[in-house]
Amino acid sequence: MTVDARVEALIRHIEKRRRINKFFYFLFFSATLVSTISLIVIFVTLSYESLNFFTQVSIIEFLTHTKWTALFAEKHFGVLPLLNATLITSLIAILVAAPLGVMIALFLSEYASPNLRSIVKPMVETLAGIPTVVYGYFALYFITPRILRGVWEGLQIHNALAVGLMIGVLIIPIVASISDDAMKAVPLDLRHAAYALGARKCDVALRVVLPAALSGVSASIILAFARAMGETMIAAIAGGFRSVLTFNVGEAMETMTAYIAQVATGDAPHGTIEFQSLFAVALFLLLITAALNYVGIKVVRKWAIRY
Amino acid sequence: MMIKSYTQLLSEYLGPGKDKMSDSSEPEVVKVENLKVVYGDKVAIDGISISFKKHYITAIIGPSGCGKSTLLRSINRLNDLIPNAKVYGKVYFNGVDIYSKDVDPVFIRSRISMVFQRPNPFPFSIFDNVAFGLKVNGFKLTKDELYKKVKDALVKAALWDEVKDRLDSHAYSLSGGQQQRLCIARSLAVDPEVLLLDEPTVSLDPISTARIESLLRSIKDEYTIIIVTHNMLQAARVSDYTVVMMPDDHMVGRIIEYGATKEIFTNPRDKRTEDYISGRIG
Repeated sequence: MTVDARVEALIRHIEKRRRINKFFYFLFFSATLVSTISLIVIFVTLSYESLNFFTQVSIIEFLTHTKWTALFAEKHFGVLPLLNATLITSLIAILVAAPLGVMIALFLSEYASPNLRSIVKPMVETLAGIPTVVYGYFALYFITPRILRGVWEGLQIHNALAVGLMIGVLIIPIVASISDDAMKAVPLDLRHAAYALGARKCDVALRVVLPAALSGVSASIILAFARAMGETMIAAIAGGFRSVLTFNVGEAMETMTAYIAQVATGDAPHGTIEFQSLFAVALFLLLITAALNYVGIKVVRKWAIRY
Repeated sequence: MMIKSYTQLLSEYLGPGKDKMSDSSEPEVVKVENLKVVYGDKVAIDGISISFKKHYITAIIGPSGCGKSTLLRSINRLNDLIPNAKVYGKVYFNGVDIYSKDVDPVFIRSRISMVFQRPNPFPFSIFDNVAFGLKVNGFKLTKDELYKKVKDALVKAALWDEVKDRLDSHAYSLSGGQQQRLCIARSLAVDPEVLLLDEPTVSLDPISTARIESLLRSIKDEYTIIIVTHNMLQAARVSDYTVVMMPDDHMVGRIIEYGATKEIFTNPRDKRTEDYISGRIG
């Protein structure tokens, strides 16, 4: 082979490698594009349909009216009953999941032996993988009649309490898993320093590891709360479709997601106001969860510790 | 050294009621006898016997991997935290075998506290860092007493003047050298008898190092100090006694020489010590 031919072959080889490199760039870039474009498309669609809705119902009425009677003859579109139901069920859920999740994380990262941890952690994470329709069914046919009614007789069969408790169980793994990762990331050195001062394991766990992992722990709680707000199946099955503003957790309540599911699976014709109201509620929910995520990121950045 | 029971140690710690004054003249605070430490199936150190004298600074020197830190961590039972670590032999603290069954290792660690290679302050305020040991040891203190103890510790660690106006600042806002002095203050706050330091200046600049060395000299009348270092000049500058460790042919750490620092550095008995301190090996 002449020198020129070898140079040419080398150039072809280099060109090929460069094309392959470019190909992977575009492949990975397109993958990223799919998810970002999805978000934009969802946002634009929701906004467009919502716009039609808000030409007929004022934003003021939407945000302040206390009645939501979209599917009745006399229609009112005050989102407060739905928002109230969403917030109450999510709050109950986070009251269950935050303490339990953090305690599980402390157990997994500080107390459990590597063997026990390798068994328990996947089990906890499996909780998040159970189809939520199973949770909804379980709440409606077991939690409410068999457990809750044992201590609270007047409880309605559809009620916010069972929904909140069930969502709480669903989001425990989110809190536990992310908190555990944050705790595992705390340097061993810090633990040893505490032990070398005469600390016991509970001091190390509560006074050193927990504060050191605080940004990750708060992130896990905020993410879990956002997940709770978005949970649909449990709320739809066990919460009922009763859109009334009430603070009694023993009564049926319709969350924003349950309303969307109800209308989307029902036969509200396109172009009607009840059909459009679905998009307005969805947009509202999207904005709230986006704001929550934004706050979460801010909190994490503010408290983040660089070791 | 007289062998005592753990209960005796506890009653002495509590103070008055002591009837045997003979112990206070005993100059050995920590005595190690035929110590062997094994990690999994690797023997880290073996045949270690040595005494550490009260209110002196003893340096442990030797090349990397010779088991200096392992020896140090055996003295406050920190090796307990390492899975697969096994300790054989005896370590006496004030005459009490700290590896005997009835001894609470947590109590031992509050009497023999430790400073690490890398400054590792806790992620909270300067004040809370120093107060940490007092809180976890269950000292019942009023706010003023706590403040005084924290201040005393910071003064001893030569950090007070630099931080007295910002005790509530985050510990991570301090420089590396200040952080290490904070860690020393944190250890002194629990009022230990023995202070272990594991290469405390290895990550610090010469000025911070000099500060720490001078503070160690200034507190040695109150504490028994054991410092691991592979900086021979540091050993020469700060210590009264020096222990030289060296790995043997099977990479098992052993003590090859022990004596007054001056003697070790001017007139080493062992050829390997001479080679090591003159920089020919290590």
